[in-house]
Amino acid sequence: METSIWRPILYLVGIMAFAGLNAAYLGWCERKGAGRIQRRPGPKEVGFAGLLQPLADGIKLMTKQLMVPQGVDGIIFRVAPVIAMIPAITSMVVIPFSGNIQARAMELSVLLIFALASLGMMAVLLGGWASGNKYAIISSARAVSQNLAYEIPMLLTVISIVMISGSMNLRDIAIDQQGGFWHWNIFRFENGHFLYMWIGFIIFFICSLAETNRAPFDMAEAESELVAGYMTEYGSMGFGLFMMGEYLNIVVGACLTATLFLGGWDCPFGLTPGVWWFLLKIYVLIFTVIWVRWTYPRTQIYRLLNLSWKILIPFSLVNVLVTAALIKVF
Amino acid sequence: MTLPVELRHDETFVLNLGPQHPATHGVLRVKLTMDGEYIVKAEPVLGYVHRMHEKLAEAGNFAQFMPNTARMDYLHALAFNQGYALVVEKAAGIEVPERAEYIRVITVELNRIASHLLWWAAFLLDLGGFTPLLYAFDDREQILDLLERITGSRLTYCYMRFGGVYNDIDDEFITGTRDFIKRLRSRMPSLYHDLVTHNIILIKRIKDIGFITAEQCRKYGATGPVARGSGIDYDVRKNEPFSIYPELDFDIPVYNECDSMARYMVRMDEIEQSLRIIEQALDKLPDGPVQAKVPKLLKPEEGYYYSAVETARGSLGHRLICDGGKTPYRLKLRSPTFSNLSLFGEVAEGMLLADALAFMGSLDLVIPEIDR
Repeated sequence: METSIWRPILYLVGIMAFAGLNAAYLGWCERKGAGRIQRRPGPKEVGFAGLLQPLADGIKLMTKQLMVPQGVDGIIFRVAPVIAMIPAITSMVVIPFSGNIQARAMELSVLLIFALASLGMMAVLLGGWASGNKYAIISSARAVSQNLAYEIPMLLTVISIVMISGSMNLRDIAIDQQGGFWHWNIFRFENGHFLYMWIGFIIFFICSLAETNRAPFDMAEAESELVAGYMTEYGSMGFGLFMMGEYLNIVVGACLTATLFLGGWDCPFGLTPGVWWFLLKIYVLIFTVIWVRWTYPRTQIYRLLNLSWKILIPFSLVNVLVTAALIKVF
Repeated sequence: MTLPVELRHDETFVLNLGPQHPATHGVLRVKLTMDGEYIVKAEPVLGYVHRMHEKLAEAGNFAQFMPNTARMDYLHALAFNQGYALVVEKAAGIEVPERAEYIRVITVELNRIASHLLWWAAFLLDLGGFTPLLYAFDDREQILDLLERITGSRLTYCYMRFGGVYNDIDDEFITGTRDFIKRLRSRMPSLYHDLVTHNIILIKRIKDIGFITAEQCRKYGATGPVARGSGIDYDVRKNEPFSIYPELDFDIPVYNECDSMARYMVRMDEIEQSLRIIEQALDKLPDGPVQAKVPKLLKPEEGYYYSAVETARGSLGHRLICDGGKTPYRLKLRSPTFSNLSLFGEVAEGMLLADALAFMGSLDLVIPEIDR
């Protein structure tokens, strides 16, 4: 199978289908979830329980004209939404959905995902800059400073995981956690890691919220301040691609959290491990993200940066030190 | 407030906030001179929804202007109704039956709660919290249903008449209002305060942000919750009593913190005080007519007349000049939001954009009332 031409083709189709379905239906989930939290039904007119709503939205967006306003850097303006999608989809190549569902088990897959996540930030920067709109530029500047600030604690937390597992391969990290929830990195009963690893998990989760520009850290698209942020000038599918890119980033973030901390495809209580456990974990995480968004108000850009530089980075640095010390001791 | 950075006045850009912008809740335009995300200068530009209501008053007879009053402050329309009715009654020397006064107070206070609930929802929306909006609208809906039963409309009321009200209230309205008081009292602590007021993100966003000193309030003539959040104990209902307010027992919440949180707390406490007022007014409600005998066409004597009422946003003044004819010679309104907005420019200087918008939300602006 390894040498067969069908393997890459099948994975290509599979990943695109997974990405497309998630990008479309997370929008539906978000609206339905928001509706339930706000004691209203959410979408329900198009198809059963509004299930065809993403299709209707997609048709509407695709049949609209892509307006390129005057005074806009035309090429970058058109390319930016595409750049928003590419890194998110590419990241899925290295994500181990289960022991035998993974397109490429690269040695440095953790590094690759973080490199791609930084690339995704470029889309926001370029889109906002090319729009030539003041709100968009403020939004881009916010997004960049926010992403830079939160990549540091995120990477520091991952370093402690890499030290525990001794590998930067996501598959190896997941295999290392097999055999019930007490082996997962978040709990890890051996070597006393359970004392502090949950702090790492919380830091990582907060950072992934900030990295994906989700409330309460949605500084870049704070609609009451910056209209629609970097997407202000975008209409039709340009806007659609940005939205889909945002949802895919959430999926990738959830996949990463599940793999690094929650044992990947492992069953919490020793039943048959498999891809369904992995999916269950990522959708619980995604639901939490939606839940947080519709519960809390937005924070402030300088408080957000303070949180990262003054709280999360010191904590994750201590986290790395303690991990190193504990590994040395045991 | 000391700034973390030195503002530069040479490298600035102009940001037009509005006239179409999600945070201005209407067609207000604020010309912001910005240094990065810091505001160097803020200049509100008014007049986008000017409909010359004051001039229109001179075009018809006294009664014909009543519907216009509701179209200025559409959130607390009944207070505008009442203010105009009061000044014309003063001019024409009309006595209002006691039952009508009670009904006026009950409906005005219900409307005040609806206005504060909507402000609360919109303020949270400004801060990025979408869900509270739906919860507040759920409660506001109950008030609108109650008012619709007796006034016939849900937003732009034309309920008051010179010498009374248009419609008497019935038992169903009274029981409905009592149920609503119980409902809102049970929801206030859990839904409004536990979920939102005590939320750490909200507290960090609005506490110690947007300082308005009592001095500034006096300078710009700010009234209502804005002044009461700055420690000025001034409420027209207490200081220049009108209608039956002197017979009722209620408090005027005053906070000395001067920040957005203080204004937030004043409004939240006022909801409770309004509930108290309604409860007492319902208990004391006398029998009798709801409309005095009033001539079809009013011709007040020549002179200057003034009435002041307390709307949800502050003190509203009606200045009426009569020349003995059947139309007002001149009607001038002193609307509270105009004064409250005037201090925005001075206070917003040196603020971050996001803080300034949170501050603007705490002023509770209703633009059609400013422009009139």
